[in-house]
Amino acid sequence: MVENRPVLNVITHLVLILGIVIVALPIWITFVASTHDAVRMTQAPIPMLPGGHFWENFTQTLLGSGLSGTETAPVWRMLLNSLAMALMIALGKIAISLISAFAIVYFKFPFRMMFFWLIFVTLMLPVEVRILPTFEVVADLGMLNSYWGLSIPLIASATATFMFRQVFLTIPDEMLESARIDGAGPLRFFWDILIPLSRTNIAALFVILFIYGWNQYLWPLLITTDTDMTTIVMSIKQMLEAAEQSPQWNIIMMTALLAMLPPVFVVVAMQKLFVQGLTETDK
Amino acid sequence: MASITLKDLVKAYGDTEVLHHVEGEISDGEFIVVVGPSGCGKSTLLRMVAGLETVTSGTIRIGDKVVNQLEPADRDIAMVFQNYALYPHMSVRENMAYGLKIRKISKDEIARRVEEAADILELRPYLDRKPRQLSGGQRQRVAMGRAIVRNPQVFLFDEPLSNLDAKLRVQMRLEIRKLQQRLGVTSIYVTHDQVEAMTLGDRLMVLNGGYVEQFGTPIELYDRPATTFVAGFIGSPAMNFLPATVSAGMATLGNGAQLANAGAANGAVTLGVRPEHLLQDDAGPVRVTVELVEQLGANSLLHGKLEGTDIEMVVSQPGHMSAAAGTVMGFAPAAGALHLFHAETGKRIEP
Repeated sequence: MVENRPVLNVITHLVLILGIVIVALPIWITFVASTHDAVRMTQAPIPMLPGGHFWENFTQTLLGSGLSGTETAPVWRMLLNSLAMALMIALGKIAISLISAFAIVYFKFPFRMMFFWLIFVTLMLPVEVRILPTFEVVADLGMLNSYWGLSIPLIASATATFMFRQVFLTIPDEMLESARIDGAGPLRFFWDILIPLSRTNIAALFVILFIYGWNQYLWPLLITTDTDMTTIVMSIKQMLEAAEQSPQWNIIMMTALLAMLPPVFVVVAMQKLFVQGLTETDK
Repeated sequence: MASITLKDLVKAYGDTEVLHHVEGEISDGEFIVVVGPSGCGKSTLLRMVAGLETVTSGTIRIGDKVVNQLEPADRDIAMVFQNYALYPHMSVRENMAYGLKIRKISKDEIARRVEEAADILELRPYLDRKPRQLSGGQRQRVAMGRAIVRNPQVFLFDEPLSNLDAKLRVQMRLEIRKLQQRLGVTSIYVTHDQVEAMTLGDRLMVLNGGYVEQFGTPIELYDRPATTFVAGFIGSPAMNFLPATVSAGMATLGNGAQLANAGAANGAVTLGVRPEHLLQDDAGPVRVTVELVEQLGANSLLHGKLEGTDIEMVVSQPGHMSAAAGTVMGFAPAAGALHLFHAETGKRIEP
């Protein structure tokens, strides 16, 4: 729309700025809290401007033992755990879904549609619903306190399978026929044609799934008892309840800030592909 | 190079038979056009030869090998698709080289063949572009290049020109024909455009509703159409069909007009005469009430109705002509230009 109404412009800007303030304020408070010392953070009113203890808090949180007086793992270890879990979940989900969507779209086998609907039905069974039986299985397999235990139960994904199915259905049949005449077998077709054509969709899904994996709370809480296997998201909550003392907000907020960084980095790095993957329809 | 033999070929989906006992001999190096209206089974036939559709019964032979059970890649064919089916993420060079790469042909040989094909098709400046950076005609050429580099025994074309604009279509039509003559590869070309069919094919196979109506050279089909379907399909504008009764060599039209030289038939027939074979003759037996004249410059098309009836007629006259709507003009068919068809079966009755 081409319009020239100054009043309307001012109003729209005000609305947008208000929206940004509402979204950004908690993040600002997190940042400010991470730059003061522990004593200042227990006094009211809480500061709204940054203090001078950022690097001190940063090194203590990331490399030191985090909260003083507790036995938790250093935050760099938690970040590593979270990163491993999120990557395994995202890449695992993408790999499994690509293969199952490939089977469902391009192969004729008995009960094909039944399998598709079975996969689809699992959408109704998120981790929280099946958490007890899943825990039992993982415990019996001896995967408690391991990266496998953290990621494998979350890897099966109906959403991603369904999405790749839709992507594959938009690829014209001639592409498959052309590849068959060129002499490409199913696996070659998969690697040489399907994967490159779904590149942007894979990237978009990776972003979504990475954040999904990174933000997992309940499942890691349940199956990790070893402090070496704690993930960063669950540890923030644990820090609040730490050993009979008032919460050390500066350290907790610094942890929260560090927990936010990897997802932000992934989104920023893959922004272009992410948008293309969600909007592009041309094959 | 190879000949192709289709023997008693049937294709059915469940209980519905879509191709009925198709027979055909295609000799080495021949350019065959399969033509018919949409839904007549022409693409299915081509895809069966390509190996993309299974054969219900009958045999397809390429050279001296029965290929019914072979994968498309093992049939030594190349196919050009209607929407080109180029791989969008590969450059022109990679698109052309892909089939060769899978066949594990050496890098030098691939480069040599791709460049040779690119020279033939004048694609050299575009080798490193992606398909989406090319125009429709250029994409078409890449699709052909992909077929040429394979050096196959048979080319299959599935309506390759239908996505191009009219001018480019004429140009590409000529190029395809020249290319085929130069390479001498046996080709099957599917189209619904009868002009394309007439100009390209050594021989034409006219399909209608899954049946082969006629299989012959363009001139055979034009001069001696086997059925009313072929007669109406080949030639533009289409042949005029007039119901008539024949006795003792004289045909009587619906409005009572009589034509001589109507051959040996007897009883009810359909009389066919091409618009360009009606010559203006004030005393002629075919009298047409003019409705509209289309001036095309080189010739004029006169649309009207057979006088006193509702039968639509078209007459083509060389040069310029004008006539007011409502006037009645007389025409006589040129000698030997009358076609007679059985009134019910539509089959040709030889004079």
